[in-house]
Amino acid sequence: MVHAILALLVCQLLGEVIVRAAGIPIPGPVLGTLLMLAALAALREVPEALSGVAGVLLSHLSLLFVPAGVGVMLHLARIKAEWLPLLVGLLVSTTLTIAVTAVVFFWVMRKMGLQEAEQKP
Amino acid sequence: MQGADHLDLLWVYLQQEPLLWLTATLAAYAIGHALHRAAGGSPLVNSVAVAIALLVAVLVVSGTSYATYFDGAQFVHFLLGPATVLLAVPLYRNFSRVRRLLVPMLAALLAGSVTAVVSAVAVAGALGGSRETLLSLAPKSATTPIAMGIAEEIGGLASLTATLVIITGIIGAMIVTPLLNLLRVTDWAARGFAVGVASHGIGAARAFQVNQLAGTFAGIAMALNALLTAILVPLLVGWI
Repeated sequence: MVHAILALLVCQLLGEVIVRAAGIPIPGPVLGTLLMLAALAALREVPEALSGVAGVLLSHLSLLFVPAGVGVMLHLARIKAEWLPLLVGLLVSTTLTIAVTAVVFFWVMRKMGLQEAEQKP
Repeated sequence: MQGADHLDLLWVYLQQEPLLWLTATLAAYAIGHALHRAAGGSPLVNSVAVAIALLVAVLVVSGTSYATYFDGAQFVHFLLGPATVLLAVPLYRNFSRVRRLLVPMLAALLAGSVTAVVSAVAVAGALGGSRETLLSLAPKSATTPIAMGIAEEIGGLASLTATLVIITGIIGAMIVTPLLNLLRVTDWAARGFAVGVASHGIGAARAFQVNQLAGTFAGIAMALNALLTAILVPLLVGWI
C-alpha cells in the first residue's frame, strides 16, 4: 500500500516538475499518467496494492470534484443575472458534444470494421 | 453565559481546523451517494450535485467563507492529481483495445472538442451572455485545472470557469445514459469516450460506475480533450 501511494505521488511529482522545467503545455498529472503507464508496461503487470488503490479511488472519483464545485457559492450573483445563457448554453453544448463524439466514434469504428465484442445490452 | 462562551470557543476551534469541513465534505457526499442508491442508481440523482447543494446551504447559513471551507476540503481536492495518475491502471489493462481504436478515438475527439467550445459560446452568446462569461465558458469541457488555466490566459474568470466545469460534468453524467440509448450507440468504448470528452472526470466517474471499459475510454477522452481544448480555445477566441 505504501509503495503504491509512493509510486503515485512520485509519478505526479515528476510529471509536474518535468512540464514546468521543460515548459511543456500539458498538465503535470497527465504526464504523470503516461509515466505510470510506462512503469506498468515495464513491470508487465499491475501490482495488487496499486490495483486496490485504483479500485477505491476511481470508483469514487466524483467525490474529488466536490470542493471545487462548492466554489459555485462565489458566483451566485452572476449565475442569477445570466442564468438563461449559462443554463441553456451548458445544456445544449453538453448534449451536442456527447452526441457528436459518440456518433463520430461509432461511425468511424463501424466503417473500419472495429466493432467491440462487449456491448451495452 | 459560560455555556455560550464555550460554544463560541468551540466554533472558533472548528473554524480554524481543517477537520470540520473535511468531515462535512465526506458526509455531504455520503448523503448524495445514499440518495443516488435510494433512487435505484438513477443518473438524475447525482451525488456531486447533492453534495454541493448541501454544502453551499450549510456554508451560507453558517456564514462561512469559501476560503475557510476550502482549508479543510483541500485534502479531498488534492487527490484529483493522484487519481489522474491512477487512470494509467485501466489504461494499461485495456491498452490493446485503445491502440486498435486509435483512429475512431482521434476523429471523435476532434469533432467533440470543437463542438464543445463552439456550441457553448455560440448559444450563450446568442442569449446575451457577457463577454467575461463567454470567455469563462469556452473551456468548460476540459478538466478543472486545465480549464482554469485556459480561462486565465484568454481573459475569463478562472474561478467562474471551475464552477462551469463542474456543472458541465454533472449535466453530462445525468444525460449521457438516456441520450446515448436514444441515439442507439451501444458500444461501451464510444459511450465512455463521448462522456469523457464532454464532461471530463465527472463523466468518467459516471462511466466507471456503469462499465470498466467505458470508464477507461472516458479517462483517456478526459486527458486528450484537456490537451486539445488548451490548443483550440486560444485559437478560437478571436471570434468571441
